[in-house]
Amino acid sequence: MENIRNQTKIFFLRILNIPFAFLMQAIDLIMWPIQKIIGVRNMPYIFLLPNLIFFGLFVIIPLGANFFFSLSSGDELLFAERELPTTKQYDQLFDCESYLNPNTCTEDFFWRGVYNTIFFVVFQVGLMIFFSVLTAVILNKKIIGRGFFRSVFFFPVLLSPVVVGLIWQWILLKNGAFNAIIESYGGDKVSFLTDPSWAMASVIFVSIWAHMGFYTLIVLAGLQAIPPNLYEAAEMDGTSRERIFFRITLPLLMPNLLVVFILASIKGVQTFDEIYVLTGGGPGTSTSLIVQYIFTTGFASSGSVQNFGLAAAASMVLGVVLLFLTLMQLYFSRNKESKHQEI
Amino acid sequence: MIFKFILKAISVALVSFSLTLISAVSFAATDVRIMWYGDGDKENVPIAAQIDEFNAANPDINVILDIVPYDAIMNTLPIQLAAGEGPDIARVTDLGGLNKYYADITPYVADPSYYEKSFGPFLNWYRKPGDTTSIHGFHSTMTVTGPYVNKTLFEQAGVDLLGPGATWEEWAAVSIEVAEKTGTPIPMAWDRSGHRVSGPAISMGAKYFDSNGDPKLVDDGLKAMTQMLYDWHQAGTMSKDLWGSVSGSKYHAPNDWWNAAEVVFMMSGSWQIGRFANEVGDDFDWWAVPAPCGPAACTGMPGGNALLAFNANPAVGKVMDYLSSKEQLSSFIGQVLAIPGHLDLQVDYQTDDPNAKHALNTFAGAVPTIDQVAFDLQAHVDNRIMFNAIISRLGQAIVGEMTMEEAWARMDEDVEKQLKEKYGG
Repeated sequence: MENIRNQTKIFFLRILNIPFAFLMQAIDLIMWPIQKIIGVRNMPYIFLLPNLIFFGLFVIIPLGANFFFSLSSGDELLFAERELPTTKQYDQLFDCESYLNPNTCTEDFFWRGVYNTIFFVVFQVGLMIFFSVLTAVILNKKIIGRGFFRSVFFFPVLLSPVVVGLIWQWILLKNGAFNAIIESYGGDKVSFLTDPSWAMASVIFVSIWAHMGFYTLIVLAGLQAIPPNLYEAAEMDGTSRERIFFRITLPLLMPNLLVVFILASIKGVQTFDEIYVLTGGGPGTSTSLIVQYIFTTGFASSGSVQNFGLAAAASMVLGVVLLFLTLMQLYFSRNKESKHQEI
Repeated sequence: MIFKFILKAISVALVSFSLTLISAVSFAATDVRIMWYGDGDKENVPIAAQIDEFNAANPDINVILDIVPYDAIMNTLPIQLAAGEGPDIARVTDLGGLNKYYADITPYVADPSYYEKSFGPFLNWYRKPGDTTSIHGFHSTMTVTGPYVNKTLFEQAGVDLLGPGATWEEWAAVSIEVAEKTGTPIPMAWDRSGHRVSGPAISMGAKYFDSNGDPKLVDDGLKAMTQMLYDWHQAGTMSKDLWGSVSGSKYHAPNDWWNAAEVVFMMSGSWQIGRFANEVGDDFDWWAVPAPCGPAACTGMPGGNALLAFNANPAVGKVMDYLSSKEQLSSFIGQVLAIPGHLDLQVDYQTDDPNAKHALNTFAGAVPTIDQVAFDLQAHVDNRIMFNAIISRLGQAIVGEMTMEEAWARMDEDVEKQLKEKYGG
């Protein structure tokens, strides 16, 4: 009985296998001559080709197009109708009497974006690392509801940036929830989003709230990878908790913190959507970052000239900054890998 | 025998298939896509009803109405058009700015002279310089910028409304007085728009063009008005929360504050009538008042939106003829409570709201008082460049990023820079 059952099973499997076998034969029919021509060693490139075609189509070609746009001028979209080649856009972008004072630059909006981005990244990344470590250390302890709190801190990461912007706009507006609470305690309303001295602090806070969960998770993984026997040995030696943190936890966490630093910096430089929803870059240009400058110059000029060339030049500059940060990340992560291999 | 049967069956099948294909092709409706932005249901519902009616009466044409946000008209449409894409017809407000994409529908409309007679002065706003004959579309509604006041607050404060001839300074003074007496937080609020600033600036003497007719933005008139706006923001007459909530040239309207009765005087325009009638309702009385005066004039800015064609074919012509007909336009304008762009249209406004009726009369009465500079500015192909330069730089000055002197210099530079990019040089 068992034998009949097995034979039936094998029979059906063979039937099911027919289309796959047919398919593999068909593929073989194509691959065999290719392999004959280019050799076995080069076959991996053939398998990578489909992916490379998509990568080229949607990344490399647009990158190249962006580069050529940055070397052209005019308000037309099609290359054939644009003035090419010209370095006018780069000249305009870097035309400044003093780079420290955006008001002296021809493209003052760009330089305001640069300074705002630097300010934003320095404070957002710095504070984010601080709070991520703090939260991860707490969540690494055996506290009640640890799983729940881990989910709570991670939840904002799942939200769309537009949703984050809208939620916090509702909370921080002058007639928003937060001011209602302040007023109920007899305080004066605060213009969190429309007062230049508050607006940047507000967007930094919201950005940390939205992204901290992800970085907390990386730090938490790092904390859990620290061998417990190190802590046991330190405790047996009577080392204070502060000393344990600064001499064991922090040094061993450094590789993770470096990853957090670089990833958060890249993300920080690219920030756009949640701030655009929250403050629109205002008041004035006090929360307008580089990406918003690119977007507004190229695509959202509200009836003014859509300066694709200038936007492309600015995005090339941004690309160089991001490339530098990415190379830094690659360098440090490879450095870390080789150290592990040495160990 | 069997072979013959199979052959016959195949022949019958082929003939039937061919006939089906031919009939399908010959009866396939031509698609006409309209990109439409509306001021909420008040405008979207009437136009959708008209389109449904048209589709039912014309089975050979299938009009597709894409209702989009205003931002899509301002920012997405120009990119679509530049890429050679875009709808067949769109409702636009940057009337001259997109003129290189408009299609001439003259050969496809039933009676070109109807367009000339009915929309004559506006047709030039859509045409390229030098063109005096093309028909690209028609004015959907005409608009006039001007102020509204919260009449209930004036009554509560015991302050009389000012009449025609009152200056901007006088209106600011009474608005502050009413706000103080009634505890209203914002005496004055303006739409954040260079177009809105321009009427008052022309009243103060702004000319916008040099003697050759080329854009020349900053002069004493513009300086006077923008300085006034700057001072009002610093003094608290206008709230920084409104213009500070966005950056660059982004448009922002103070409707939320107005609807909540937190504003005494609001500078906007006739397109708000239907909206106020719906949203304010009986909460308070709102009154449109004549455009305040400056030393040079007492003018608002004309404007409006037009349905303009980007493809010319018989179907587009037929749709345009239908939507621009007196019957359809009158019905639309009557429902949305707007000023018609049609020069000879009897409109039966469908409202009992005395505030709306008064506002319609006020704005319609303001049309003859519009200054010629305002008409010239509205008709100019590069007016948006000037409007945007005003609002983005003034916005920066108000929040303290630059002085007014720097802002004026930047306004001129911005205009010059953009014109160079557009026209070369």
